[in-house]
Amino acid sequence: MREIQASAITEVVKRLCIEANCHLPKDMQERITEARAAENWPGACEILDRIIENYTIADERNVPICQDTGVACVFLEIGQEVHVSGSIEDAVNEGVRQGYAEGYLRKSVVRDPLNRVNTGDNTPAMIYYDLVPGDALRITVAPKGFGSENMSQLKMLKPSDGVEGAKEFIVRVVEEAGPNPCPPIVVGVGIGGTFDKCALLAKKALMRSTGERNPAPYYAALEAELLARINALGVGPQGFGGKTTALAVNIETAPTHIAGLPVAVNINCHVTRHKSEVL
Amino acid sequence: MAAKRIETPLTEEKARALRSGDSVLLSGTIYTARDAAHKRIVEAMEKGEPLPFDPENAVIYYVGPTPARPGQAIGSAGPTTSYRMDAYSPALIARGQRGMIGKGKRGPAVVEAMKQHGAVYFGAIGGAGALLSKCVRSAEVIAYDDLGAEAVRRLTVENLPLTVVIDCEGNNLYETGRKAYLASQK
Repeated sequence: MREIQASAITEVVKRLCIEANCHLPKDMQERITEARAAENWPGACEILDRIIENYTIADERNVPICQDTGVACVFLEIGQEVHVSGSIEDAVNEGVRQGYAEGYLRKSVVRDPLNRVNTGDNTPAMIYYDLVPGDALRITVAPKGFGSENMSQLKMLKPSDGVEGAKEFIVRVVEEAGPNPCPPIVVGVGIGGTFDKCALLAKKALMRSTGERNPAPYYAALEAELLARINALGVGPQGFGGKTTALAVNIETAPTHIAGLPVAVNINCHVTRHKSEVL
Repeated sequence: MAAKRIETPLTEEKARALRSGDSVLLSGTIYTARDAAHKRIVEAMEKGEPLPFDPENAVIYYVGPTPARPGQAIGSAGPTTSYRMDAYSPALIARGQRGMIGKGKRGPAVVEAMKQHGAVYFGAIGGAGALLSKCVRSAEVIAYDDLGAEAVRRLTVENLPLTVVIDCEGNNLYETGRKAYLASQK
């Protein structure tokens, strides 16, 4: 058994909260730069220029890229040979608490969804645990903004709806969202599993680099086809028209029941943030 | 197209001169309010209680900024999605609110109120919080401090870059912009 102190988790989560919020991942910067080069609609070019200027300022000055510094989604891949001394949950929340305070990040979490009082420190985090082989602990922090989260949808399709039904649903979700989720967006798609598993797949799809396609050629081709269809909608950056509506479509799949075809679409904005570290 | 320079207060005359699609650089005093603050303001209006600011010719920016670091006027300060304010905007527009700054679609009741009373909906670039914060010269919490990021602030802005999305006649750039782009690709 490898022993890891809970306090080490706190340190990493704190640092990742700040870094993820201030520095846009390189793959996102590459996608936006490529989109700018390919865009020919004047208004869209101007907005993409400002988006590039914005993440550059944030990067240089170490300030949040977006004021919605999100709810902290924290993914823990815990090696089966690891023992953590102390409460993992408390350690993660302490990291979020310290990171959001020291990083001057916005506190955007309310304690109760109906009786809405801000917790004041952006806790609790949304924590997901996966047990994996080995003796390492991988921590990913993904601050998730709600302008795009609110535009996400899940539908329990019928097996007979097939791939065409899935494609239609995914494109429709993006079209209905229109300007609301701060396009250009990243589209995380979950297909299969159960109702809950499917939503988590869509969220995890957003953790994959936008430069990486699904390893299965069938799904890689589907990602490319969906991206082309979404960018033919003409919504454009900020919804003012243009070819750049989405920067990537990432699909994750899981086995499912003979009676079901769940499809979840989790939308993320042009500030798709996540950062990982291995302990 | 060159941007139009507009100073607040946003009078009806200035508002009616703006057209959907115009680029605007806005300067002067504006107020921040988002979900929770709108709820309180409209409840205060219904009860006849005093309001944090006079809505007449006011511009409200839908923003919940990040905390300012020492030496900064404000933290990152981009717009939040506007439709969540749709339940409250018609009442404020009827009281004279002249401008709204946000991002994303508005409902038909808001657009109707805008046409009836002469109000404008501006879009700021969603997600460009670091860039937009540079246009904020000063920020002061004037009400609902307990709401934290959602408190009402009085901002002094200089050349805040905006786009007129919906004008006083109800013309909507989200509809016309996409149509014009798609037509240009044929």
